[in-house]
Amino acid sequence: MSKTPTPDSSAAKAAPSSSAATGKSMAEYAREFGLKPEEYDLVLTRLEREPNLVELGVFSVMWSEHCSYKSSRRHLRKFPVTGPRVLIGPGENAGVIDIGDGQAAVFKMESHNHPSYIEPYQGAATGVGGIMRDVFTMGARPIALLNALRFGEPSHPKTRRLVSGVVSGIGGYGNCVGVPTVGGETQFHAGYNGNILVNAMCVGLADADKIFLSAAPAPGLPVVYFGSKTGRDGIHGATMASAEFDEDSDEKRPTVQVGDPFAEKLLIEATLELMACGAVAAIQDMGAAGLTSSSVEMAGKGGLGIALDLDAVPQRETGMSAYEMMLSESQERMLAILKPGREPDAYRVFEKWGLDAAVIGWTTETGRIVLTHKGEIVCDLPLGPLSDDAPLYDRPWVQPALSPRIEADAVPAPADWSKTVLDLLSTPDMASKRWLWEQYDRHVMADTLADSATAADAGMVRVHGTRKALAMTSDCTPRYVQADPYEGGKQAVAEAWRNLISVGAEPIAITDNLNFGNPERPEIMGQIVRAIDGMAEACAVLTFPVVSGNVSLYNETNGVAIPPTPTVGAVGLLQDYDRRAGYGGLKAGQVLVLVGASTGELGASIYLRDILGREEGAPPPVDLAVELRNGLLVRSLILDGYTRVVHDLSDGGLLIAAAEMAMASKVGAMLTLSGDLPDHSALLGEDQARYLIALDQVDLDHLDSAAEAAGVPYEVIGQAGGCELAVQGRGGLLFALDLDDLSAAHEGWMPSFMDAPV
Amino acid sequence: MKSAVIVFPGSNCDRDCKVAIERSTASSVDMVWHQETALPSGLDLIVLPGGFSYGDYLRCGAMAALSPVMAEVKAAAERGVAVVGICNGFQVLCEAGMLPGALLRNAKLKYICKAVTLDVTNTQTRFSTGYSASREAVMTVGNGEGNFFAEEAELDRIEGEGQVVFRYRDNPNGSARNIAGIVNGKGNVLGLMPHPDRSFEGELGSADGALLFQSALASA
Repeated sequence: MSKTPTPDSSAAKAAPSSSAATGKSMAEYAREFGLKPEEYDLVLTRLEREPNLVELGVFSVMWSEHCSYKSSRRHLRKFPVTGPRVLIGPGENAGVIDIGDGQAAVFKMESHNHPSYIEPYQGAATGVGGIMRDVFTMGARPIALLNALRFGEPSHPKTRRLVSGVVSGIGGYGNCVGVPTVGGETQFHAGYNGNILVNAMCVGLADADKIFLSAAPAPGLPVVYFGSKTGRDGIHGATMASAEFDEDSDEKRPTVQVGDPFAEKLLIEATLELMACGAVAAIQDMGAAGLTSSSVEMAGKGGLGIALDLDAVPQRETGMSAYEMMLSESQERMLAILKPGREPDAYRVFEKWGLDAAVIGWTTETGRIVLTHKGEIVCDLPLGPLSDDAPLYDRPWVQPALSPRIEADAVPAPADWSKTVLDLLSTPDMASKRWLWEQYDRHVMADTLADSATAADAGMVRVHGTRKALAMTSDCTPRYVQADPYEGGKQAVAEAWRNLISVGAEPIAITDNLNFGNPERPEIMGQIVRAIDGMAEACAVLTFPVVSGNVSLYNETNGVAIPPTPTVGAVGLLQDYDRRAGYGGLKAGQVLVLVGASTGELGASIYLRDILGREEGAPPPVDLAVELRNGLLVRSLILDGYTRVVHDLSDGGLLIAAAEMAMASKVGAMLTLSGDLPDHSALLGEDQARYLIALDQVDLDHLDSAAEAAGVPYEVIGQAGGCELAVQGRGGLLFALDLDDLSAAHEGWMPSFMDAPV
Repeated sequence: MKSAVIVFPGSNCDRDCKVAIERSTASSVDMVWHQETALPSGLDLIVLPGGFSYGDYLRCGAMAALSPVMAEVKAAAERGVAVVGICNGFQVLCEAGMLPGALLRNAKLKYICKAVTLDVTNTQTRFSTGYSASREAVMTVGNGEGNFFAEEAELDRIEGEGQVVFRYRDNPNGSARNIAGIVNGKGNVLGLMPHPDRSFEGELGSADGALLFQSALASA
């Protein structure tokens, strides 16, 4: 497929049956719309006739990978999806968890990868808009945003423009709507040169007994459209997001939607007001595949039918065909089914907020979607085959090739420690991302306790008007997943859990955003299957269920896939935000303690990749039982008031954790390495389930007894003080660096990269 | 004590302002929709909140300045009621001609969100008496068009008449003479780009913003 599959509107207008106008057969259109020949045959079988162009359009988007999860659904079933705090798991617009006192947190993460590569500003902006709609559609007010971004290597000619556009788009949308962006991650790797990843997460707050769902409850109810008008933008966006890229990808720009955050802000307020006035029976936002998927899902989930009069749809442009209206992905639109006789209440709300609105149809008992346009029936399809009965594949897969383990003595130690430390702090992945997060409003809503500017492993926002707070994080280490999808999948979940523990939160549940290449290739399918296996196991052991998620496949260009990137977005709860931790409060005289055992794993480490230029080796294995044990001890130390200074060990191991803690606290530290490990594997190894914490000397006795009772190894590793970070190795002083020099290295890379003259 | 927060379509700090006033002072707070043609009676303080009124379309604050309620806000200001415009509210006050100057795109052409330290250069206004002891305040900014501009002669005039209340210690957006907040000639209308409504409790990073609301309502 090389061209945007949008038929000219004369053909579309003349639908249902004038494919003769362009001389193309329906089978040819089907292929252009992204359906495989065997899938088109299935359409013919299910329908027992040839579809018209509108119907074919509806089938093609509903059966796209993006909407149907046809390659992944079978494997997603392995995820644990229930738990004591889970109110609503996967299958709705977003997951819902119980946070006590009759309140619920509603959250989800979703990708906007393909559109962001083609048109970075609008692609990223509408990604943020779309994920917020998923959350407020459920009745929740969005209270926080996060984003996980992966770009190509900095030297690639497109990277800077993509970073600039994506960051402006995220800020331009989220800032205007007025939801704080409190966290995220940004990485660079050549593997994303042709396919960047833009994963956006939104967390909302609702009353647990006022959650709104999409299933139509009864026939004969009015279907009301409200929000922005429908235009010709984004037609076939879901299909585009379900295909690989090639040289002609830029020609797909017309499939990217255009966002209007002001309209979204009005839509949020109007939707929440409409819900509060009791008029809503069911509601669904128009996201991917717009009017098609929203109407099919509402009727299909309710076991009903739906009849729409397309002439009533508010239209931005004249002469739109039924095909264009059904396939448009114009933004900031909602579809609601109202309770009987509540139209006047609804219209009062729409008028106040200045929104277009119209009753465009009714729920029916037919089990079919019937569309009328200009007095003609232009689509009449049974709902079953469109959703529940969509194709489901058990794609062939092969066990991924695993990178062999690397012994520490096969990895040379740094020749110049001082230079290595400064280099490590300033590599593209490790350097401060201040340049980008200063463009995000992180404080609106006046409940932000921790954001990207705060030295803490997770973002935190107060649950408005209470002592509670939600902690949230987004994590994945693609180089681990590449080296071993199963261990890497486990690690992504474990790191998210650890980050929540590190701020003192009770980890509750995750949303996953699975970004992979073409699932029709068995080696890619193998990555998907094994990463899901690993994630599912970690979720089970850590009691960390999946409540929502999104799958983005076909992240490939010219046959080269991205590194497998199953991003995990996680949410935890603090009962009392006064008992929270970060890593910026280190005080001179405090003792630094390394919790957890170190074996010095350097395989797939940042040191190996960024300093030695070697992308090889097995990732550090994740022992989930140890993870759980160590984490629960650390959290109890926080809750019991023994420590408020905690940093999990991840990329760059002990060295980076200590450097970040010292820089953020503006207090130096002297570490002394004493074990059997070579200095460089002790400092730079990335063994899992470890934390660097700081305690007052007097609390060491408590630590000792608590750790012994929990069966957790620990090591007193150093002492805080001065204005240098220094490490005493087994053979003498490795380095002593002024904190100002560390900070200069850490802060310098991103502005010098982005602001350098072209 | 009685305060009102004006809500324009696209305001997004309206609740923040209400909560900040309620937690900093004993004042009640009414939310007033922009289409109202009358304000609640007996107001001591009117706040124009931050956000993106009308999506910042046309020009930040330009359309909100023409909202029906603004005629009432102007009349109240002329009667001497205290009016504070924060961020987008400051832009609205300039567009409405209630304060001199204009807010331009930030010097680096990017939205910027960060904590800033302010020098309180006039602690004699009705909004700044609470800063008499410290003469400084930490708040956060979050704006794309916070770059204060006025003609040199105008700048000389407002400086000379003590209308500059807050200055950035480290100018984040290119504002003329580091100006972060000014009052009108009568001293009862304040506009500032930093957010006292996001800095009213210690756990938010600073509680210094509370002093502004307390000062404004001190004589009420």
